[in-house]
Amino acid sequence: MSAEDTLLYLDGVSVSFDGFRALNSLSLVIEPGEMRAIIGPNGAGKTTMMDVITGKTRPDTGTILFEGRTDLTSLREPAIANLGIGRKFQRPTVFEMHTVWDNLELSLKAPRRPLKTLTYSATKEDRARIEEILDITRLSPRRDRPAGSLSHGEKQWLEIGMLLAQDPKLLLVDEPVAGMTDAETEQTAHLLKDIAGKHSVIVVEHDMVFVRELGVKVTVLHEGSVLAEGSLDSVSANKQVIDVYLGR
Amino acid sequence: MLTRFFLMGLDKKAGVLLTVLAVLAVAVPFMALGTAPDSPWHLSTHTVALLGKYLCFALLALSLDLVWGYVGILSLGHAAFFTLGGYAMGMYLMRQIGSRGVYGNADLPDFMVFLNWTELPWYWHGFDHFWFAAVMVMVVPGLLAFAFGWFAFRSRVTGVYLSIITQALTFALMLAFFRNDMGFGGNNGLTDFKEILGFDIQAASTRVGLFVATVVALAIGYVLASAVVASKLGKVLIAVRDAESRVRFMGYETDRYKLFAWTLSACMAGVAGALYVPQVGIINPSEFSPASSIEAVIWVAVGGRGTLAGPVLGAVLVNFGKSYFTAALPELWLFALGGLFVLVTLFLPKGILGLAAQLRQRLPSRGAVAGTPAGQKGV
Repeated sequence: MSAEDTLLYLDGVSVSFDGFRALNSLSLVIEPGEMRAIIGPNGAGKTTMMDVITGKTRPDTGTILFEGRTDLTSLREPAIANLGIGRKFQRPTVFEMHTVWDNLELSLKAPRRPLKTLTYSATKEDRARIEEILDITRLSPRRDRPAGSLSHGEKQWLEIGMLLAQDPKLLLVDEPVAGMTDAETEQTAHLLKDIAGKHSVIVVEHDMVFVRELGVKVTVLHEGSVLAEGSLDSVSANKQVIDVYLGR
Repeated sequence: MLTRFFLMGLDKKAGVLLTVLAVLAVAVPFMALGTAPDSPWHLSTHTVALLGKYLCFALLALSLDLVWGYVGILSLGHAAFFTLGGYAMGMYLMRQIGSRGVYGNADLPDFMVFLNWTELPWYWHGFDHFWFAAVMVMVVPGLLAFAFGWFAFRSRVTGVYLSIITQALTFALMLAFFRNDMGFGGNNGLTDFKEILGFDIQAASTRVGLFVATVVALAIGYVLASAVVASKLGKVLIAVRDAESRVRFMGYETDRYKLFAWTLSACMAGVAGALYVPQVGIINPSEFSPASSIEAVIWVAVGGRGTLAGPVLGAVLVNFGKSYFTAALPELWLFALGGLFVLVTLFLPKGILGLAAQLRQRLPSRGAVAGTPAGQKGV
């Protein structure tokens, strides 16, 4: 398959921090509309991979193409976000002083330049879209509350809602269910599966129950490169994967 | 469209402040000019100038709150923009002296004659005209802030490091302006002004006119700042203050947002300085001193950071206290100021206005919540 037909194309990407190779010639391909789970032990390079895709970290070598043509390695974070790549952090980061509604309004797909936001006023469509996201994330009753007063799980959903409002082509989701109750975890899996219909999603997760719930193709990272790829059952049966997870 | 933009920021707080300013704009001229000098209601020219000075400081505090309270940039050099605006106005006032100087030279200000200069430096040209000076009052601080911010924000200098550079900026300007060959009067600065727009600068009526102009400038500054803060741009600024990298990943070029607020703030500070100079009658390099900038930070902290109205109140109250103390107990003033800052930081992290809001109700309103910083990160 050629790079032109892919949504995200990583080839031979390496990153070192002070001699430590966080990514070691990592290659990965995500197709349009695909949902992919990435698993791997601590230090496997999962978060660094997200960092190089979103422009937070520059790779030492390698190619990263978005939609087969845009080279992401030379762009800054806002430019990459505006291409249509959204990111959800491990720790929920919502704007705590703003209301739930304002959080969504800030994320909503709209011109991002200062003079445009200075004169912005929400259109009917904008408000309808925010209402819709409030329903999807079940935050409607909380709309006027400051985001800082939400529970941990609600913050996670608000952040997913903010990504929905941003309407990216590709969503990077880092450990969405860390610290959630079982019920919340299940609801989050449903939420992500709903999203996956219209967007491509990469989920990094430790929680195997959650990954099983998603039921998608799994990539196992280890020491900065891909160890195995396939369904969760096939990778769990892989001898190398078992070794890595249980210790050599 | 523009009306809607300006009305957007007007809440109850703004209503109270604008009403007070309107009352001042009517009452002070009446009390200064319409009453007999022996009446208990009479205001002397000195008092009018003093009140005008407080309001100039209030505008400076407002401009500082815009960047510190809403974007989290703790500027320890805002007096630099204030003073540059003041110098631009001072240069106009110097040119108005004409041949009435001590040396009677119609072409050169006294200090240039004293230095044996024979012609006016190029950067003094244009300051014969009030309109030119009025533009420069905003353009000079604005350009400096833009250039400074462009480099600082692009290289992602934040927090304490940024505060230190702003302090260095104002210190460097102070040293530069102390030099005689800079052409700004060196040590003595610019003074002995005679006229502004053809009016005698010492006359009571001119002082009242300057006071009213200051009230109007403060009101415009306040309405503008509240409109900016209430807009979606203002919400982005608050978001930058609380979680900048998250804002970047949402596709906002945060440098540009900071640059916008920073430059706007510098222009406002410049206007404040320009109104200050004709009312106090002098501008010299000591206004650039780091202490002036730090004092402005204290006004904002005392009044309530991130509230716009608070810093206006804080600037007036602290300076009133300063006038009183420096007359009654001069040696204690600096201790009082330092103590005030410590007390406010420890016990009133949200300033006087924050305390008032806390006392009024436990559940804060929407606007108040968004407007109050997450913590005293800058301090």
